[in-house]
Amino acid sequence: MLKVSKSPWLLHYDGSSCNGCDIEVLACLTPLYDVERFGIINTGNPKHADIFLITGGINKQNESVVKQIYSQMPNPKVVVAVGICACNGGVFKDCYNIMGGVDKVIPVDIYVPGCAARPESIMDGVVKAIALLDEKRKSVGKEAAE
Amino acid sequence: MNISVVSLLLYLILGPFAGGLLAGIDRKITARMQGRKGPSVLQPFYDLYKLFNKQSVVVNDLQDFLVAGFLVFIIFTGCLFFSGGDLLLVFFALTLAGIFFVMSACSASSPYGSMASQRELMQMMAYEPMVLLVAIGFYIVTGSFAVKDIIHFSNIPAVAYMPGIYLGFLWVLVIKFRKSPFDLSTTHHAHQEMVKGLTTELSGNILALVEVSHWYENVFLLGVVGLFFATSDWWSAIVVIVTVAISYFLEILVDNVFPRVKWDFMLKSTWIVTLVAGVINLMVISLIKLR
Repeated sequence: MLKVSKSPWLLHYDGSSCNGCDIEVLACLTPLYDVERFGIINTGNPKHADIFLITGGINKQNESVVKQIYSQMPNPKVVVAVGICACNGGVFKDCYNIMGGVDKVIPVDIYVPGCAARPESIMDGVVKAIALLDEKRKSVGKEAAE
Repeated sequence: MNISVVSLLLYLILGPFAGGLLAGIDRKITARMQGRKGPSVLQPFYDLYKLFNKQSVVVNDLQDFLVAGFLVFIIFTGCLFFSGGDLLLVFFALTLAGIFFVMSACSASSPYGSMASQRELMQMMAYEPMVLLVAIGFYIVTGSFAVKDIIHFSNIPAVAYMPGIYLGFLWVLVIKFRKSPFDLSTTHHAHQEMVKGLTTELSGNILALVEVSHWYENVFLLGVVGLFFATSDWWSAIVVIVTVAISYFLEILVDNVFPRVKWDFMLKSTWIVTLVAGVINLMVISLIKLR
């Protein structure tokens, strides 16, 4: 059965993360977890990506970057916030420079809390995002038909 | 029906399927070499389906036209080859297709695209002499540039006369397949530099067309590998399939063993290999032919 979700390409962006979550994201690519078996590729190019994976909170400096990357991704697309900082700001929530979680600037579909989020929970979030991709594909098709 | 027409049609219809399957097998073997499970063998087809279903962000119309030109001329190259056409014309058409691809990356005012197109030109500069030597080698051995005459030349495969040229061609194939030590302009690996090189500005169905072109191109290039082993005997088809599979496996092995090099090392080493393996081999066979 051919589905859009059979080939989710992933774009990883580090907002203001302490790199804890980033290391866990990269751990998913290692032989132990091997997300490529689901067809997931870490692309690094927003124009090729289906899943936008963000770690760390949003501040004034990366706000425009996150918005631009999101706007460059072609539809259908899904945003996954990885780690508690990306979800709502985490321990940095009250810092003067932190605006909060990723959902302050772009719509987030899946939240993966944790400090740092474990590879298992990241993969769980990504698999949920994959299921969402198919739904979004259908709605994009409807919009195009209308 | 004529055998050349049959093989042409087979290439046109089965080419992308064979190319996609090869890419899938490549990814599976690569994963196993790295101790991973790896994606399904059909993964490249899933990717293609996905790309056709994505929104296509068009940077400019010229780019789409140039990518289409790339696809058309790659198919033209393969068709010429598999219908038994002139080897020189085949390689010139291949170069033209390559130029179309470079131009498509150049047409978008993206720094990554322009950098990658410069690197791609450098790669073409590196592999082009060797590719020409392949055509000249076949001509000196068999007395013809036509693929169908080369196959029907004798019971001894051409590789017996030109092992050096064969090795040189395998070296150059690393560049053509965009395999690791020489994948400067764009790569199929996750560890890319310059975002995604030549395909940075492409998305959706246009990127899918590039994938299909690469599959056609890979099947054609493996066809050239097969030409080294092909003879007029029926069983040579089995020899060709086995040797092509071994050659492709070697390319995957090289891909996984060696890290990416800088462009000057690629250019120097490829030209040295061309000179040592290619030119000396060519001189030896010309001397034998003179006697």
